[in-house]
Amino acid sequence: MGSPVPVGEGSPGASVATSTSPGLRAPTRRGTELVMLAFAAGLVTLALILVELNQERSLSLRILYLGLAYLGLFACAHLAVRRWAPYADPAILPCVALLNGLGLVVIHRIDLALEGTVFPDGSTWDPVAFKQVIWTAIGLLLFAATLKFLSDHRTLARFGYTFGLVGLVALMLPGVLPGFIAPEINGAKIWLRIGPLSIQPGEFAKILLMVFFAAFLVSKRDLFTTAGRRFLGMDLPRARDLGPLFAAWGVTVAVMVLQKDLGSSLLFFGIVLVLLYVATERAAWVVLGLGLFTGGAIIAWKLFTHVQQRVANWQDPISRYDLIGGGYQISQSLFGLATGGIGGAGLGAGRPEMIPEANTDFITAVIGEELGFVGFAALLLIYMIFALRGLRSAIAVRDSFGKLLGGGLAFAVCFQVFIVVGGVTKLIPMTGITAPFLSYGGSSLLANYILVALLLRISAAARAPQRAPKPKPQQPAIADQHTVMVERPK
Amino acid sequence: MQLTRAGFLVLLWLFVLAALRVVRSDLYAASGLRASGLPGFRRSEKSARGSKAPRQLVVTHGALTGTRISLDGRPILIGRADDSTLVLDDDFASTRHARLSMRGTDWYVEDLGSTNGTYLDRAKVTAPLRVPLGTPIRIGKTVIELRS
Repeated sequence: MGSPVPVGEGSPGASVATSTSPGLRAPTRRGTELVMLAFAAGLVTLALILVELNQERSLSLRILYLGLAYLGLFACAHLAVRRWAPYADPAILPCVALLNGLGLVVIHRIDLALEGTVFPDGSTWDPVAFKQVIWTAIGLLLFAATLKFLSDHRTLARFGYTFGLVGLVALMLPGVLPGFIAPEINGAKIWLRIGPLSIQPGEFAKILLMVFFAAFLVSKRDLFTTAGRRFLGMDLPRARDLGPLFAAWGVTVAVMVLQKDLGSSLLFFGIVLVLLYVATERAAWVVLGLGLFTGGAIIAWKLFTHVQQRVANWQDPISRYDLIGGGYQISQSLFGLATGGIGGAGLGAGRPEMIPEANTDFITAVIGEELGFVGFAALLLIYMIFALRGLRSAIAVRDSFGKLLGGGLAFAVCFQVFIVVGGVTKLIPMTGITAPFLSYGGSSLLANYILVALLLRISAAARAPQRAPKPKPQQPAIADQHTVMVERPK
Repeated sequence: MQLTRAGFLVLLWLFVLAALRVVRSDLYAASGLRASGLPGFRRSEKSARGSKAPRQLVVTHGALTGTRISLDGRPILIGRADDSTLVLDDDFASTRHARLSMRGTDWYVEDLGSTNGTYLDRAKVTAPLRVPLGTPIRIGKTVIELRS
């Protein structure tokens, strides 16, 4: 057998992706991204023109400027990606740009519909589209800042426990604080009011807790794969390893009870379960978790009237149409979807003002009414492509933490869409949660832009060609070392 | 009005199709297992065709169980370093733990001066050893083997 091959030679990591043939080097595909962004901005502008036309308002060049400004905003984001994450996935940002833009158009459209409405308490409708534009700009700033200051997603893992603690506090804060700082709005106690701003800390807590869980599961993975008893073809975990699952369950139930926020608790618990499942590949965790959640939900249903209301509204919204806290909202959403039919009423030609909360929780119902099934399906497909690219990046990235975090982030967006669209279409009880990027709401938008930046960071790590390892100082094996005579100093 | 309505929907779907196109042409650009068998990357078609030649490396125990890496003649570096072909997340593995390399038609495993050693079917690897098909190689808590 020959002499051992020196370590530095060959650099097996780098050779595979790059050196075989230069033509196969992973392209950055930033150009594709820019073209897609322009396409998205064009579509958004067209949507705005259609709304103005259908509302019989005068068209002016101003709309084109708005469209160009929107493109400019995302071009800045594109430049940030080009600068700080050149290998990021090209499909994610355009999807986000289109969703956010359609959201803006629909929010503006609802503003138009509600213009001049006087509410029972004497207040008039306050247009919110412009605020949402500001939030979008701030969101993109945060997006660029995240990309700039987080050059490697693995640094997040180091702050896992800190993030977990901060996230937990942020999640629980509105529930335990007194009413003047954490008011109950529409039955949910999830806002913090600081001066003129009200923020929803739960949106940010979602990301922080995901970072924590990913870091925690990577470092303690062995704990969760230790098999206990076998039952029905599944390896059940040992009873004492169930602690973290019970903790997550407890937090979920606390959120449900203290904040009356069913959507967030469902989202949070779903994320924990999926991260556990991805980390351990054990179906037992999912089965156990779903069992726990079902148990918790049934107990909550027995004890709390607001849960009973939601379930009753879900079972039969029409018969509870006139009750207070009844099925009016869901019925209107279903009427809207039915009016839309296959092809939709046309942008700006529907009656979105009939649905309460049309620009937040029920924004997908408005889109379903005005774009119809065809447009709604396209919208869901855009979400799907977004999640698909996120999961793909998670598969391709090479460190376990990145895999878990990427998978969790992509799943969170997907699951949130499922919860809100499921609620709007009466597939599951309505739980009141924002549609990512579409709904009006600063906290949700900012948090989701941070989420996108993290996903792009992970996808950049996954797609970047591997750098050649640093040449290490070569030391011959100890057996090959020369024997040297050393004289003892006298 | 009907025309603009339908036109917008068509454009929306064109966006979806364009995004799917981007995704499709991107499928092979970023593969997680860099040594996996991309059609264009396979260098040693000849050696792979022999019935007994190992074609892939399979992780049979440990956190990465189920991971497969196609063998294409290039050496495979195993360890905790990020640039390893198989990145181990294992307290008992060294940064650069072991290497599998091909000489002629056979694969050899060698230990790169790891702290806890590399074992080829219970024998500690001190010099490069030939790896027969299906023989377990233990590195920390991870066990891998070559399969055809």
